[in-house]
Amino acid sequence: MKIAGYSYQIFITCFLIQIFFSRDWMMLSIRTSLFAIIPVIASLIVLYRGETIKHISGKVIISLMITSGFFATLGSVHENSKNISWGIWIYVLSLLILAWQVMGYWSKIDTTYNKKIAITINLLVPVMFGGLLLFLWEMLTVGFQVPQVLLPPPSMIGVAIMNSLEMLWADFQQTFLKAVFAGFFFGCFLGFSVAILVEKVPFLQRGLLPLGNLASALPIVGVAPIMVMWFGFDWHSKAAVVILMTFFPMLVNTLTGLRSTERMELDMMHSYAANYWQMLFKVRLPNALPFIFNALKINSTLALIGAIVAEFFGTPIVGMGFRISTEIGRMNVDVVWASIAVAALSGSFFYALLALIERQITGWHPSFRAS
Amino acid sequence: MINRILNSSFFSILTVLIFLTVFWYGASVHLNSDVLIDKYERKKVEWDFSKLVNDSWSMKRPIMPAPHQIFFDMKKSIFDQKITSKRSLVYHSWVTISSTLVGFAMGSFLGILLAVGIVHVPTLNKSVLPWIIASQTIPILALAPMIIVVLGAFGITGLLPKAIISAYLCFFPIAIGMVKGLRSPDLMHLDLMKTYNATKTQIFWKLRRPASVPFLFASFKVSIAISLVGAIVGELPAGARAGLGARLLTGSYYGQTVQIWSALLVASLLAGMLVFLMTFLESSVKKRMGSEI
Repeated sequence: MKIAGYSYQIFITCFLIQIFFSRDWMMLSIRTSLFAIIPVIASLIVLYRGETIKHISGKVIISLMITSGFFATLGSVHENSKNISWGIWIYVLSLLILAWQVMGYWSKIDTTYNKKIAITINLLVPVMFGGLLLFLWEMLTVGFQVPQVLLPPPSMIGVAIMNSLEMLWADFQQTFLKAVFAGFFFGCFLGFSVAILVEKVPFLQRGLLPLGNLASALPIVGVAPIMVMWFGFDWHSKAAVVILMTFFPMLVNTLTGLRSTERMELDMMHSYAANYWQMLFKVRLPNALPFIFNALKINSTLALIGAIVAEFFGTPIVGMGFRISTEIGRMNVDVVWASIAVAALSGSFFYALLALIERQITGWHPSFRAS
Repeated sequence: MINRILNSSFFSILTVLIFLTVFWYGASVHLNSDVLIDKYERKKVEWDFSKLVNDSWSMKRPIMPAPHQIFFDMKKSIFDQKITSKRSLVYHSWVTISSTLVGFAMGSFLGILLAVGIVHVPTLNKSVLPWIIASQTIPILALAPMIIVVLGAFGITGLLPKAIISAYLCFFPIAIGMVKGLRSPDLMHLDLMKTYNATKTQIFWKLRRPASVPFLFASFKVSIAISLVGAIVGELPAGARAGLGARLLTGSYYGQTVQIWSALLVASLLAGMLVFLMTFLESSVKKRMGSEI
């Protein structure tokens, strides 16, 4: 509680310093000055009525009030970034300390007993942090007039996304819906089937497992130029790279999963006179599911990387990797960032989807019940 | 005795490898045959199967080179060239390895630093850790060309941009592994430290740090491999002057398949060596720490 008090005092002191010596950034418009003052009121409230932030509603109000300070500085910097005074940076710095403090309040809420609150907090704090990073990025790039080639502000990337939705969608179709999906499903299916076949022959198992483990450390993306030579520039060559990249993790994980069934369980099935297929479908595969999903999740990232890197080696004039490598050559950095944003979003959605399915299907497994 | 040999994993791996090599030779004949038969028919040369096999294993620009062609190309470019020559794979490997290692060192340092912060500052834990985990799901490698070109535009070329790519690739697994490792001590052990009236620093050095070592090495093994991938991909854009990635790219420009394959094989050997090095380091560190392994 002690340090908490200081951060508010620091903020108010900094506010006073800049309002006396370097206030012109605040005076650009009535709205800016109003928005800039609201966090000061919030700090005064917390300083003199400390119990406000004990309740959740108080926390929400104080957080919102502090957020208005961010809007004030953003608006000011966008209106006039040429001759900005040093006051705004003092304000931003002390505001950041304040925001860090508020995030501290949120993350210190005891979430042991209420699951809903726990989920909300666990979402809220990272979102706040992400917003803080975006704010800093925007402030610094606009305020210090960083060359757009080096790092465009997020607002510009947003505009680029909006302006080139059609192109990005075409790239997404080419890379994700064609190359990644085809390669991912075929590669995983292949790895899975080979694992089931190999598992019947212990000899092959001993031979393949170490090699598969080794293969996961190899830079398999390097086969991309060869695949482009073999299968041409279109998405087939990218799918081939993806198949090769996803095959080994699936093989190794499925094999490990099939071996994870305990002797006792197999003995029991044996005493039921179960045949191989019954054992496979009723005991061994369900037991292997967490491992299989693990491989699927690893592969979702690998597949995207494989497809994008393979496009660096040659592609028709569409595709995320192509877009990134050509637009950077023309120094259209905002389009590159837009492409990267699409890639990042689709990657995490793919992963989240797999994680969701995993939760639905393997919710009964001990590895889930424990957490 | 014979049974023991048959059941040893070495024998199994050897068999699989031999099978793969035979399969490779077969695939080489199969894939190259179309081009060759086409050529025979155009030149109206008499041909039989043995001639086809012989020719497809000794083509200059085969679609699928035979293993011995790659082997000879590797021998030529590793042992028959001066190490400093631009045709030497040793030179290119060194270029790649150096940025891999520099990037790995940078990434490990940052990852460990962040993990220590996350374990000790609750706000960092709640706010940053989810982003680190989420960042595992995005294809960060897509950033590589941008980093190279943008840093190049500001006059920063050579080792550093590639090392940065490697660094941020291996940064995340190390941070996650270290957080897990630093949190791995039992509640009992932590309580015991508390009864000793140990400070946070003491708990860190005497309990958390030793407990995190196995996790750290597990992450190291993953990271050093992807650090190499990062360095190779980092060599693709910006003209690609030196390094294994450059060899891949020039090979694909000029249709030099043998060169691509030998660069690929050398890269795989390097990856194997780096992971082996880590395993060796792990076992020696664990031995010094008195672990039973």
